[in-house]
Amino acid sequence: MEEKVIICKDLTKQFGDFTAVDKISFDVNKGEIFGFLGANGAGKTTAMRMLCGLSFPTSGEATVAGFNVYKQQEKIKRNIGYMSQKFSLYENLSIVENIRFFGGVYGVPEKEIKKRTDDIIRKLGLQNETKKMVGDLPLGWKQKLAFSVAIFHQPKIVFLDEPTGGVDPVTRRQFWDMIYEASASGITIFVTTHYMDEAEYCNRITVMVDGKIEALDSPKNLKEQFSADTIDEVFYQLARGAKRSAD
Amino acid sequence: MKQLLVFIRKEFYHVFRDRRTLLIMFGLPIAQILLFGFALTSEVKNVKIIIADNAKDVNAQQIINKIKASAYFIVEEATLNYNDIEKAFKKGDIKCVVIFPANFGNDLLGIGKAQIQIIADGSDPNTAKTLINFLTAIITDYQRQISPVADLPYTIIAETRMLYNEESNGSLNFIPGVLALVLMIVCTALTSVAVVREKELGTMEILLVSPFKPVMVLIAKAIPYLILSLCNFILILLLSVFVLNVPVQGSILLLFLESMLFILACLSFGLLISNTTNSQQTALLLSMMGMMLPTLIFTGFIFPLENMPWIFQIISNIIPARWYYLIVKSIMLKGLGFQYVWKETLVLVAMTVILLSIALKNFKKRLS
Repeated sequence: MEEKVIICKDLTKQFGDFTAVDKISFDVNKGEIFGFLGANGAGKTTAMRMLCGLSFPTSGEATVAGFNVYKQQEKIKRNIGYMSQKFSLYENLSIVENIRFFGGVYGVPEKEIKKRTDDIIRKLGLQNETKKMVGDLPLGWKQKLAFSVAIFHQPKIVFLDEPTGGVDPVTRRQFWDMIYEASASGITIFVTTHYMDEAEYCNRITVMVDGKIEALDSPKNLKEQFSADTIDEVFYQLARGAKRSAD
Repeated sequence: MKQLLVFIRKEFYHVFRDRRTLLIMFGLPIAQILLFGFALTSEVKNVKIIIADNAKDVNAQQIINKIKASAYFIVEEATLNYNDIEKAFKKGDIKCVVIFPANFGNDLLGIGKAQIQIIADGSDPNTAKTLINFLTAIITDYQRQISPVADLPYTIIAETRMLYNEESNGSLNFIPGVLALVLMIVCTALTSVAVVREKELGTMEILLVSPFKPVMVLIAKAIPYLILSLCNFILILLLSVFVLNVPVQGSILLLFLESMLFILACLSFGLLISNTTNSQQTALLLSMMGMMLPTLIFTGFIFPLENMPWIFQIISNIIPARWYYLIVKSIMLKGLGFQYVWKETLVLVAMTVILLSIALKNFKKRLS
């Protein structure tokens, strides 16, 4: 049996009368690329925030990297990486300073920070730009750098919240190469996205509609199940029934 | 602990790379001190006045010489009729006109009663009052000179002293006020903006997902500004001692500790503001409106509190800067020790504790 790094059972989040996430259940395997699809306001981000230890669920059970989301948020935080849709490095810090800062915050030893920093810079081909402020880099580089920083402390799981928004197709392709590489090294990828072609790259995807999980399987099986040619079509069939308007 | 140091180092990078922050941080105190010290002084010096001497006799001339001899006036002599006076004032550079009537000396020596007319520009009442006081003093002095004391059966000579400010140095009163104002602006505005900026950029989320404790984020944000504010405090003291000649009479250590307390109060307020808003503009506006204006108005360093309606006097009690201003005045200008300022200190401590606990509680609530 495969090792499960995220186990989610009937996870629910209510804000007053509004049920943002309604009894979702799923498991994610180690090293898997797990896609999380849904229209704006479907509850993706809320679900993700609960799994990251940013907010407490209203009811239901979940463990992330083997730790309980109610009681062991601190331990969860040590074992995950996170990258949000907003670009989230410091613009007026240089590349190296950014890496050193986040490495330091996660308690990575000084020696390791040096070594891994060199690796990242070589891999991204940024040797001549190390002193440059991050704000001066093109968006594509920034996003790739942000991903490298998110997995810098070698987490078990990395959460990516619409990581490729506004990035050109070539860079997006390169970005996904990095995701595959991370996944091959054993890091589990939990990714939300708007791009349906990206959904095809995932091992398995879920589609959320109005806070509920409406479908969960590999892209191939989903297409067969809904007799559709693309995930795009699958998504439209499911999302058409949504009652919540996108915000 | 190491994480905290990493964080603080990062905050310093931010401050030193942002020209705007640096400008507010160190440009503001220098500008304020120089402005209040030199430009906005309430002292009256080298004021242009016109003396219209219609008497042309010895007594009038003696008084005119006395006026000329004082350092306060630049005297212009002219013969004016009433319409010309109005014109002179309207041009604006003349603040006061002194008119001797035609038979001034005769009246004075003959019937023992003479008149001098002094007309001052009342559109600036403070200066006008000061000028009239100076001129009256000079005239009274002359009167005493020509009629020896023995001739008068009773005389009362009021001897006045300006205690704690013998040379009536106008900068004196401003230093504690500027100190309060600058620390307030730097701590409250810059701290709140620094926290909100992370929210705006989205880096706050990343920090919250990291194992770094949320409360530590606040502490790490506050410490660099605490250090920078203390540097600022020293800068202002140096400027006031060496540029404005306002010495520190009391214990510098006590002043330093009290300032640290005030800085903590301001930082707490800044953190509180940053919790309630998500945009840098709002944060800046809130700290400026919420702090700068009340500080200017209610500390009493520009407008005397005693003259305000009681309701404003009560409101002034909740402004931290008011208490700090009193403390600084006592220590710096009067040289008083802790036993004279412990009450004010206690008020500041209470305010800091309340502000800080609200800020922390608020911060935690927003997380869940």
